[in-house]
Amino acid sequence: MTTIITPKIKISELNLSIDKQEILKNINVEIPENKITVLLGPSGCGKTTLLKTLNRLTDLYDNVKISGSVILDNEDILHTKSDITKIRQKMGLLSQRPYPLPMSIYGNISYGLKIKGVKKKKILDERVEHYLKEVNLWEEVRERLHHPASALSIGQQQRLCLARGLAVGPEIILADEPTSALDPLSSQAIEEMFLILKKNYTLVLVTHILRQAKRIADYVVFMYLGEVVEQGPAEEFFSSPKMERTKAYLKGAFN
Amino acid sequence: MLASLILIIILPFFLAAGLYLKSILIINENHLQDLLFSDIWKPAENKFGFAPFIISSLWVSLSAIILAVPVCLLSSIYITQYAKSSVLKLMQPVIDILAGIPSVIFGVWGVLMIVPFSVKAAGWFNIHTTGYNIFSGALVLLVMIIPFILNILIEIFRMIPEELSEASLSLGATKWETIKYILLRKAFPGIVSAFGLGLSRAFGETIAVLMVVGNVIQIPHNIFDPGYPLPALIANNYGEMLSIPKYDSALMLAALILLAVILIFNFASRLLIMRFEKYS
Ligand SMILES: Nc1ncnc2c1ncn2[C@@H]1O[C@H](COP(=O)(O)OP(=O)(O)OP(=O)(O)O)[C@@H](O)[C@H]1O
Ligand SMILES: [Mg+2]
Repeated sequence: MTTIITPKIKISELNLSIDKQEILKNINVEIPENKITVLLGPSGCGKTTLLKTLNRLTDLYDNVKISGSVILDNEDILHTKSDITKIRQKMGLLSQRPYPLPMSIYGNISYGLKIKGVKKKKILDERVEHYLKEVNLWEEVRERLHHPASALSIGQQQRLCLARGLAVGPEIILADEPTSALDPLSSQAIEEMFLILKKNYTLVLVTHILRQAKRIADYVVFMYLGEVVEQGPAEEFFSSPKMERTKAYLKGAFN
Repeated sequence: MLASLILIIILPFFLAAGLYLKSILIINENHLQDLLFSDIWKPAENKFGFAPFIISSLWVSLSAIILAVPVCLLSSIYITQYAKSSVLKLMQPVIDILAGIPSVIFGVWGVLMIVPFSVKAAGWFNIHTTGYNIFSGALVLLVMIIPFILNILIEIFRMIPEELSEASLSLGATKWETIKYILLRKAFPGIVSAFGLGLSRAFGETIAVLMVVGNVIQIPHNIFDPGYPLPALIANNYGEMLSIPKYDSALMLAALILLAVILIFNFASRLLIMRFEKYS
């Protein structure tokens, strides 16, 4: 079953160091389109850093050195001359805990659209409603759209953050342990949403939870100490891992 | 611990009550309106108009804070958002040292440097001055409150989680848009209280201002006029002029007014903070 899938993102020979400390070493990964790719690995192995490299949030670090290439839509985003904000809008980011912007629920969703230049209130209203519906939040918040977003529960906030990311029209969703701060029910809601979203989006998900990975992954990348140890389609990866490290990790030998 | 807590909470009331009791003599014998708004200060004739002092105080402290706002905001944003982290490591001790310098040293420095500069600056507008004026007072205050406010602002910006900026950037905002729309908004309550504290501090600062502001009892009409702020009035005269009846009481009233204005500043900034806090 070697179906050839078109990669949405192609990472080649990616090396990243901060303050001369090597964090990512020779990463070669092809992230398949309209699939859920899960980044697995013990704490500190570089999952978050790899995710942030994809939308160039690594620009924020002092003293970073990056080499290699990350190709998205025929463009090496690491060495591009085009507007980095446009590239970032191709990717929605969901972080470990929800960080609502310091404004209303409505403001959180319309923020990205306004940045993009959408000004008409009618369009904004319509988009806000649409994306809140898409993450099943509309019914819960329709009466208080102009209340501060920080008043929502953590689970609702996380869905809001997903909606605000979707609102700028990305093709890819990057999620860094998006359920780790959530209760089981809210986690399940997010997982179910991912399974629906993959029809239209390419998802890259970092998780610590092996069971979650098994539930939703299509493709798995296993990292250890800044290197990719093993990668492959989820079924193969979980049923017949090839490397000793992977086997040990899957058995829960280290975490 | 509870006792000290209670002490801290009731201390301001004791202060205010004490000052009120001491100044009641003068409050009873003069209209409050005259005391606050009249500019005639003739203690020998029993005329105590505090307007020159109150207005001088407002002039110096408000000018200082207005100058401090852009300086402190921009530099704290630069230090926390644009500069490498080594810059902060370098700046922090410098700021701390500046914040800890006794105010009399700023006063001496003001006399040596700011007063002559003030003469020159007034010259550009064809105004003649001795250099001892509101402008000098404001500049000295400015230099004193900058490290104080800057310290608080840097702390506030550093406390904002990185992820919030990342969220905004990942939605396609530029760095500047992120600072303008997200970080400043998030930090707004803190910024208001930083400047509120700075203003209270400027309003109450005594010795450094007294040394450069001229101490002429009049309502200043421009920043190159000399003035006579409230704290200077108290510091220059307390313990003297006891031959004049009620002078003592008048100075107590000056202190009470000082306390009241600072409380008003505090209260106003608290209101502003409450209005914005729920959104951050
Ligand atoms: N800003 C930074 N400056 C210096 N080192 C960093 C920085 N961010 C991350 N690192 C280092 O990079 C390595 C990888 O970190 P990263 O956060 O990517 O790991 P992770 O796999 O996401 O871990 P976790 O599962 O705990 O989130 C760690 O050793 C970490 O100490
Ligand atoms: Mg991480």
